[in-house]
Amino acid sequence: MNKELINLVDISKAFDGETVLDELNLNIHENEFLTLLGPSGCGKTTTLRILGGFVTPDKGRVIFDGKDITNLPPNKRQLNTVFQKYALFSHMNIAENIAFGLKIKNKPKTYIDDKIKYALKLVNLEGFEKRMPDSLSGGQQQRIAIARAIVNEPKVLLLDEPLGALDLKLRQDMQYELIRLKNQLGITFIYVTHDQEEALTMSDTIVVMNQGYIQQIGTPETIYNEPENAFVADFIGDSNIIDAVMLEDRLVSILDTRFHCVDTGFGRNQPVDVVIRPEDVELTAPADGILKGTVTHLIFKGVHYEMEVTANGFEWLVHSTGMFPVGTEVGIKVDPFNIQIMNKPASEDEEAAGIEE
Amino acid sequence: MMKTTAKKIYIILIFIFLYAPIATLMVFSFNKSRTRAKWGGFTFQWYLSLLGNREIMNALWNTLFIALVSSLSAVVIGTVACIAINNMTKRKRTVIMGITNIPMLNADIVTGISLMLLFISLGFKFGLGTILLSHITFNIPYVILCVMPRMRQLNPSTYEAALDLGASPVHAFFKVVFPDILPGVLSGFLMAFTMSLDDFIITHFTKGAGVDTLSTKIYTEVKKGIKPEMYALSTIIFVTVLLLLFLVNKAPKEKNERRI
Amino acid sequence: MKNSRLKLLSSPYIVWAVIFIIVPLGMVFYYGLTDKTGAFTLDNIMAMMSEEHAKALWISLGLSLLSTAVCFFLAYPLAMILAHMNVNQHSFIVLIFILPMWMNFLLRTLAWQTLLEKTGVINNILSFFHLPALNIINTPYAIVLGMVYNFLPFMVLPIYNALVKIDPNVVNAAKDLGANNIQTFFKITLPLSIPGIISGITMVFIPALTTFVISKLLGGSKILLIGNVIEEEFTQAGNWHLGSGLSIVLMIFILINMAASAIFDKDGEGGLL
Repeated sequence: MNKELINLVDISKAFDGETVLDELNLNIHENEFLTLLGPSGCGKTTTLRILGGFVTPDKGRVIFDGKDITNLPPNKRQLNTVFQKYALFSHMNIAENIAFGLKIKNKPKTYIDDKIKYALKLVNLEGFEKRMPDSLSGGQQQRIAIARAIVNEPKVLLLDEPLGALDLKLRQDMQYELIRLKNQLGITFIYVTHDQEEALTMSDTIVVMNQGYIQQIGTPETIYNEPENAFVADFIGDSNIIDAVMLEDRLVSILDTRFHCVDTGFGRNQPVDVVIRPEDVELTAPADGILKGTVTHLIFKGVHYEMEVTANGFEWLVHSTGMFPVGTEVGIKVDPFNIQIMNKPASEDEEAAGIEE
Repeated sequence: MMKTTAKKIYIILIFIFLYAPIATLMVFSFNKSRTRAKWGGFTFQWYLSLLGNREIMNALWNTLFIALVSSLSAVVIGTVACIAINNMTKRKRTVIMGITNIPMLNADIVTGISLMLLFISLGFKFGLGTILLSHITFNIPYVILCVMPRMRQLNPSTYEAALDLGASPVHAFFKVVFPDILPGVLSGFLMAFTMSLDDFIITHFTKGAGVDTLSTKIYTEVKKGIKPEMYALSTIIFVTVLLLLFLVNKAPKEKNERRI
Repeated sequence: MKNSRLKLLSSPYIVWAVIFIIVPLGMVFYYGLTDKTGAFTLDNIMAMMSEEHAKALWISLGLSLLSTAVCFFLAYPLAMILAHMNVNQHSFIVLIFILPMWMNFLLRTLAWQTLLEKTGVINNILSFFHLPALNIINTPYAIVLGMVYNFLPFMVLPIYNALVKIDPNVVNAAKDLGANNIQTFFKITLPLSIPGIISGITMVFIPALTTFVISKLLGGSKILLIGNVIEEEFTQAGNWHLGSGLSIVLMIFILINMAASAIFDKDGEGGLL
């Protein structure tokens, strides 16, 4: 991992008495694509705005490259932001928009002109200098917003749900473009989204947030395959979250049925949550399964079939390339590696607190 | 901290500027002395003698009648016009909106004399009727101004959906479109009513002899000295409106919250 | 079918607009461009060049420009403060400025007489603080004050509306790109509020230029504005041709203003509400 560039230390923020962030700690590295992921109101945008300097935290410090920038105004920070809904200057043409930051810094005209050309080329919009923002499509405006930010050569680019207003196809294209941009520029991207697929596709590191707390930090693979609590499991992709009891190391009782698993160290007869991804549930002939159940729903989804199987009073969500018609008796099997065991939260509050403890 | 205090002081000074004359007039209404300049002690007598003052009461009824009828007429004509304008091609819409803006952007004195010349050449008898026609004319733009933005925000599909579900166009309008533009219609009405009530210049040119609204009555009294009853009446009107607005402003908010 | 019926709906208004807006304006032009015998003449328009009328026009232009400027410099900071107050009580702010209109316009203006008099309220307050007395009643300054007082709301509201429409993130973006508060104001906020400023200027300048009431009530009938001249031609001298001719000249200024607001206010919806 590269060296640390930004440290958020014990950041707390409340709006009108409502806590949005509670003692948040986060380290961000150089050249990292870090995504803050969570539902609306989880504090991800506030975190980004604190980094940008638009919100001052009530408590805590923002360290940038070893220097405390907590009270530094936005115009003095070496970060640039790509705003939700682009926030282009509608009274200026594209060239003037991109040149804005450079003109403020009194850069020479030839330098500015070169930079505009370079930035427009980078975002594939050459020749757009004289156009007005209103005459551009949403996707094009988004590229201009990015171009306007990166000409200032920031060390960090903050992106606040930049693709939220675009349609699905364009969004997917832009995801690849952003990855390419990040690799080309070699700077840190901090990206805010509520779209888990976007996060999984682009990020080096995902920070899952809920109710002002960080739930889990990890690579897309760890977040998906080894969620640390029910919230993360539920938020990232589809999953079956089931009450269970850890009987002993490597043996768990799910719906009163013994399953082998690979987790250890939970103690004996400990209540836990179990996460099983729908694609990890294997359907077999009734006799071959650990559990027996009946298919109650069947939908064709293109790449796979989505089925619901009722077994021992629980509705299992199953993704499978094999098709079992509604009413079929089936057996359920799960590979021990695919059973993810999580500690049960002691209280509602701790569920939110997650791994903070 | 300093900044917010400075801002507050600035706002307060502007409000003193805006409301000082109103406070002054209210004080006059309790002044025993007949002349404005001197304070002769506190009295309620002008409020009592107001009721017996035929001329002022006549002017009041004329003013209220004209304001009410002209703003209601303007609301009907203006709202209907908005529906039509909203469905026009862009060019036509621009032309009509341009004409609509004329009475608002033009000087009142020019609007007044132009209407006066019209009524003379048409041989109209000057009186309540001519005032009413003039007030409707300058009120319509305010209604359109308030209703048009609401109309533009409307989702045309809701109207079409109502038709699709079997409603007649008129029924669909009142059930689906009208509730959505109602706030615009109401503020248009309020705006028109206020403008009509406060108008002097246009009424001045289009009224006949012997017919007076409060404004024209005050204007003729300026030289002789305003009757203290006029202050009493203005105070009553102002306080009534203040109270009404206070009540109205509270009521719809609760309703909105319930709807959400 | 649907469209033709909807078109029919616009006819009452179109008929109304033609009869009560277009035709009357045509009559002003007709009277202004003819003499008493009905023959075509430019005399009524050229009459503006006469010493008396030209002086009235100059004074009117001077006072209305001054009061428009005063209104602008008072209103802009106020509108900014109101826009930043973060109240989502848009209607409440509009209301505060519309409310004084429920006290009759003439009475409100007359009240300034009392406030401004030599022994009036303001001078009493000033003398209490040992400040020099303010003797502006019956001077052009009293007229400017009356204009500012009456028309200030028409400057505040459009600017306020233009300011609240600016996406806060656009302002943030400017700061993010390195602009300080002053740069952000002059490069972003001010240019983006131009439509509001233009419609505010229109709404203050025109009534100020053409008023005859404020000058009569606060100018002590010593100062004749162009509005007073026209009003007297219609109500006392009875020379409608001359009055119309002078009005046509006034309308040139109004047209310039309307053109300006048409260029900047592309929606054609004004900015008052």
